[in-house]
Amino acid sequence: MTESSQPTPVVRVSGVDKQFTVGHGITTALDGIDLEIGRGEFVSLIGPSGCGKSTLLRLIGDLTAPTAGSVEVNGKPAHAARLGREYGMVFQAPVLFEWRSVSDNVKLPLELLGMDRSERDAHAREMLALVELSDFASHHPYQLSGGMQQRVAIARALAIQPSILLMDEPFGALDEMTRERMNTEVLRIWQQTGTTIVFVTHSIPEAVFLSTRVAVMSARPGRITHVVDVALPQPRNEATREDPRYFRHVTEVREALRSDGALGAEPALVSEERMAAEGGIG
Amino acid sequence: MTAAASSVGIPLPPRPGRLLRMGRTVRYYVPAIAVFIGVIVLWELAVRGVGMQAFILPAPSAIGAALVENWGAGRWPLFEAARVTLFEAVGGLLIGTTVGLIVAFGIARWATTRDAVLPFAIAANAIPIIAIAPIFNAWFGITNPLSKMMIAALLVFFPIMINVTRGLTQVEPSALELMRSYAASDWEVLRKLRLPNALPYFLTALKVATTLSLIGAIVGEYFGGASNVIGRVVVQSASALRFDVTWAAILLGAITGIAFYLAIVALERVLIPWHSTVRGEHPG
Repeated sequence: MTESSQPTPVVRVSGVDKQFTVGHGITTALDGIDLEIGRGEFVSLIGPSGCGKSTLLRLIGDLTAPTAGSVEVNGKPAHAARLGREYGMVFQAPVLFEWRSVSDNVKLPLELLGMDRSERDAHAREMLALVELSDFASHHPYQLSGGMQQRVAIARALAIQPSILLMDEPFGALDEMTRERMNTEVLRIWQQTGTTIVFVTHSIPEAVFLSTRVAVMSARPGRITHVVDVALPQPRNEATREDPRYFRHVTEVREALRSDGALGAEPALVSEERMAAEGGIG
Repeated sequence: MTAAASSVGIPLPPRPGRLLRMGRTVRYYVPAIAVFIGVIVLWELAVRGVGMQAFILPAPSAIGAALVENWGAGRWPLFEAARVTLFEAVGGLLIGTTVGLIVAFGIARWATTRDAVLPFAIAANAIPIIAIAPIFNAWFGITNPLSKMMIAALLVFFPIMINVTRGLTQVEPSALELMRSYAASDWEVLRKLRLPNALPYFLTALKVATTLSLIGAIVGEYFGGASNVIGRVVVQSASALRFDVTWAAILLGAITGIAFYLAIVALERVLIPWHSTVRGEHPG
């Protein structure tokens, strides 16, 4: 599950730098990022605020362009993949259109795809069943709780059956209990659909619980310092959270984050880890 | 669009029974009705008690009598006057709204339109309407209702233009990114995101515009034109010292304005029932 044996990875980020012009200065948000993600993987990007994890996600989704390097999705440039509508996006806020019912929100990408009405209806029904919101199809977003709204957003993202689902701190605004429930939900959906997921978070337990691999990033400039393979059995459930291996991985990720904080982005460590990561994937 | 609503995610409270809802509706309006009746009674008593002259303040009963007496007949047929004034106001509202919408779409789409048009729009808004009214009467014909419509249109234009521009441009950045992630075209972004987003802004502006259009029409009438209009009735009845009729005309003008406003509120309920300003604002 963890390593891709496919010839073409879903995501290939090679030598990507990203710089922003801030006032008269230039800020390096990402520096020398290499990352490959295979089909069906669940990869989390974790790191302190300002480490560029969201920027990296947006680069993969072609919502912003790299300053140097290349981003390929399914063997094509990310731009072509976006025009080919291969992405599903879930943001921290649900970003539902308040004038549309739940079901019409899910249908939005299907309309943009030019799908005809009956097919749209069938797809939306299927997606709402997947996130267990069939009874709320004709409700409006304001009538739903935050967690339910985010499930609608997930249903919308999955409606066009994207080859890759990009999630940017999707549960960051939810309370802890709802968040854990949503985590279980996402795993179930991931298993049911087989979609490749890239997930940005700053919660260590969330990253470990969900992912097959966790990419640990450092800030200023943003780099991937460690890649932790999470060898927890599938399917995962609430019992997983009490598994000693789960705690070991949580500790591993925490130490990876801390070592970066204590040592700065030590070059030797960075390159060593990156090579290990590449070796693991290749 | 944000995580509003209850945090528990209960679908919706069951709709209360019809009788209960009616009861709530009545209770909602009781304070306003009580204040209204109280003021009228106090007014009547004060005028009678002090023996106030009618040219200072006629009693409510006298105003009511003047309204009934002059409704359809006499020197100042008030219903006809209100009808014509409303016609001018609606005409002005349509012209001002149309131009306001066109400019707003231009501004939202092309930055050059904004740079070219906005200074003039702001300048037009800064013109004191009283100063421009006689000129519009001369331009469009003092007896032609179009002259009053154009004054109303000038007043209506600005709030429509500014609000609709805001509605079209102030779209959540993440909603734009969402559309972008689906490779939506500019046209699709306009139709599926910017237009629905602008609708509440437009209706809010329209509510303000109804009142403004009536003010514009009546101000235009002050400076001459057909005599069977609210503005002329006010001027003529006052100079004839028939202040009961003056007050009746003002009252009718106010009622027309309120009716006009409520028509837009009703339109809001039909068009944007999902919007926070509409849902749960009123009982029933």
